[in-house]
Amino acid sequence: MGTKILLDKINIPGIKTYEVYRANGGYASVEKALKTLTPDEVTEEVKTSGLRGRGGAGFPMGLKWSFIDKKSGKPRHLVCNADESEPGTFKDRYLMEYIPHLLIEGMITSSYALGANLSYIYIRGEYMWVYKILERAIKEAYAAGWLGKNILGTDFSLDLHVHCGAGAYICGEETALIESLEGKRGNPRIKPPFPAVSGLWTNPTVVNNVESISAVPWIVMNSGEEYAKIGVGRSTGTKLISASGHIKNPGVYEIELGLSVEEFMNSDEYLGGMMNDRPLKALVPGGSSVPILPANLIYKTAAGEDRLMTYESLSDGGFATGSMLGSGGFIVYNDTTCIVRNTWNFSRFYHHESCGQCTPCREGTGWLEKVLHRIEHGHGRMEDIDLLWDIQSKIEGNTICPLGDAASWPVAAAIRHFREEFEYHIRFPERIKNRDHFVNEPFEKVRNLV
Amino acid sequence: MKVTIDGQEIDVEPGTTILQAARMIGGDLVPPAMCYYSKLKGSGGKCRCCLVEVSKGSEADPRPMPKLVASCVTGCMDGMEVNSSASPRVEEARKSVTEFLLINHPLDCPVCDQAGECDLQNLSFQHGKSQTRFIEEKRTFEPEDIGDKIQLHMNRCILCQRCVQLADQLCDGRVHGVMNRGDHAQISTYITNAIDNEFSGNMIDVCPVGALTDKTFRFKSRVWFNKPYNAHRNCDKCCGKTTVWMFGDEIQRVTARKDEYHEVEDFICNTCRFDKKDVKDWVIEGPRKFEKFSVINRNKYALNAPKVEIKTEDQILLGRKEDQKKISMVKVPLNNTNDNSKS
Ligand SMILES: Cc1cc2nc3c(=O)[nH]c(=O)nc-3n(C[C@H](O)[C@H](O)[C@H](O)COP(=O)(O)O)c2cc1C
Ligand code: SF4
Ligand code: SF4
Ligand code: FES
Repeated sequence: MGTKILLDKINIPGIKTYEVYRANGGYASVEKALKTLTPDEVTEEVKTSGLRGRGGAGFPMGLKWSFIDKKSGKPRHLVCNADESEPGTFKDRYLMEYIPHLLIEGMITSSYALGANLSYIYIRGEYMWVYKILERAIKEAYAAGWLGKNILGTDFSLDLHVHCGAGAYICGEETALIESLEGKRGNPRIKPPFPAVSGLWTNPTVVNNVESISAVPWIVMNSGEEYAKIGVGRSTGTKLISASGHIKNPGVYEIELGLSVEEFMNSDEYLGGMMNDRPLKALVPGGSSVPILPANLIYKTAAGEDRLMTYESLSDGGFATGSMLGSGGFIVYNDTTCIVRNTWNFSRFYHHESCGQCTPCREGTGWLEKVLHRIEHGHGRMEDIDLLWDIQSKIEGNTICPLGDAASWPVAAAIRHFREEFEYHIRFPERIKNRDHFVNEPFEKVRNLV
Repeated sequence: MKVTIDGQEIDVEPGTTILQAARMIGGDLVPPAMCYYSKLKGSGGKCRCCLVEVSKGSEADPRPMPKLVASCVTGCMDGMEVNSSASPRVEEARKSVTEFLLINHPLDCPVCDQAGECDLQNLSFQHGKSQTRFIEEKRTFEPEDIGDKIQLHMNRCILCQRCVQLADQLCDGRVHGVMNRGDHAQISTYITNAIDNEFSGNMIDVCPVGALTDKTFRFKSRVWFNKPYNAHRNCDKCCGKTTVWMFGDEIQRVTARKDEYHEVEDFICNTCRFDKKDVKDWVIEGPRKFEKFSVINRNKYALNAPKVEIKTEDQILLGRKEDQKKISMVKVPLNNTNDNSKS
């Protein structure tokens, strides 16, 4: 059993309520921080912990906090990113739904560190029931004196609001989130200026993920040094993984970073192996935007080392053979999966969700989807594979926000690792009419195009 | 601060963007811009036409930037070195942005009212490919009436959002904006509103393509048949300085005055633009120098005349020259034929 930091208390009956949460040591980090630590000391602990943002990009959290402009004299804000719209990722809702006070506790301690007196939780529109849970928990926290004016008699005051988005994936991008919170269309802003200098209402702002903020209470209570002891190298601490797909035990798991992918996949404590014991075909380890890995690169890196659940190991040091830990949406595919259909499906999503501001993403995602749609429906041409490759390479890196990259990586990786399958679709349009074509057509047959 | 663009160095003030610096130098190295508009706050960054390569970040941090950057929203740094038209990577990026812009833009320049003054037409002329790789059906929209002065043809819109920014900054009671997302995004008015603000006509001027056109001028003439004159009148709403577009002695259209980057010098009011079409309304200053680069202005529609080789011997030509002198004929230019005979 690995260390549990976030899900430690999740099974305590009634932990959703303030009384039970408090009785089990809840809000102690607020007490400790406000009474015994300066804001800079809290930031220092988070820096020492090596905690990296859990929203996908993995940027060191303490470092991000230290960028916040304290000299301008303007009000500062902490905004919690609870938009969680990456397909395959459903970990934040688990925390908020089952232990909402953990996030609120983290918000208070983090706001204290940042000197923010007005903070927000931006939650995706589809999580209405979680929104209600958070609202209730915030009310309880106000009533118990953890929010509002002069918390614990100190001169630190904090107001916390939950804001419900209207359900747009792009509103998870931090600057689009800020725009949306300001009541505007959720279009990403051009950076610089970064939110740490000019964010919400042009005030210095930090945007952090639910999971990142929820780890702060533990770090304050147990020290950053203790946190840094968990994990491997620059991937410290624990990570929530939302596992789905053809596995025995789908769900949300808290793992220590550095666990081997093989153990995570096959041990009964975690995923318990493949559903119906069918062969493993592919893996998307970090949510739909990250590159897909073929079976031979799942347990071993290209260098032949064991692949671990860390930022570095999953990315293969940035080589094309790797993927990313991303937001931890671990999607497993068995041999019956059609990679072309899966890629088309992802493309459909990015086409639908592109905000439409910049040309390569607006037009490119639509084009990708249309070509993939054609191939999947038996109307592909051989040159379409190269065309797809070319389109994605022209979106990547040329857009305002990383949604353009997120739309192109899955396509690039699918072609890189499963080109035969695209060719198979184009050569044998009549065989793919059956929805379950790969159940009847063993993967080996596809690989060899027979 | 010193900045070098395509090998040309220039001194700029802090806060200058790469695009502005390039425009100060001028010439071929100036990146194309479809969404940036110096007169509109917050414009730029969207179309990605103006991408350039920064091969040296600054004196302090000489590392090159890994990605191409949008020159219209990237500030210059001291010692920065930029490759614009000289870089194959940039050239490739401009090609691909042009291709992306054209996949959903109807290629109907022959019937489009903007032909001859369309930035996308110019961009395609410079960076376009002769063949399309897009075989899918183009996105189309239902025609929509947004008021009596401006015609919206949404199929042609490239979502540069200049008109939205203009409306935000110039018109009160804004009624139009961007609806929906991605390539299904569209410029529209908020629930069947009509655009009738006194400065709304300027949207027509800032629209780089034929998505927003002047209903009082539509299909009256092709722009290259008009003669533009600078003109002014006393106006209590705007500067009153305009360009009037004449066909014979009829004013067919009034626009604001535009510079070589197609940006207006001063925004004008709807009265001047739509209602003053009588020559008596205006003091005509003189023909407008029209130096902007465009398909029409470079006369690219004309066929290249085949080179005619005149196989006249030099001696005969010399003889003709002598004869001309003798009978004091008006000089017939002979240089051409001379050159030809040499080549
Ligand atoms: C298109 C797009 C969608 C994103 N969606 C989310 C999201 O749903 N939740 C999230 O926490 N971060 C999301 N991010 C990442 C955020 O921009 C940002 O990096 C993150 O919230 C920072 O928090 P962290 O440092 O704690 O990871 C998204 C980024 C992009 C480009
Ligand atoms: S990359 Fe896509 S989502 Fe991001 S700003 Fe551009 S159009 Fe919008
Ligand atoms: S209508 Fe014209 S100005 Fe407005 S967004 Fe479209 S192309 Fe740009
Ligand atoms: S002009 Fe720079 S991105 Fe459009």
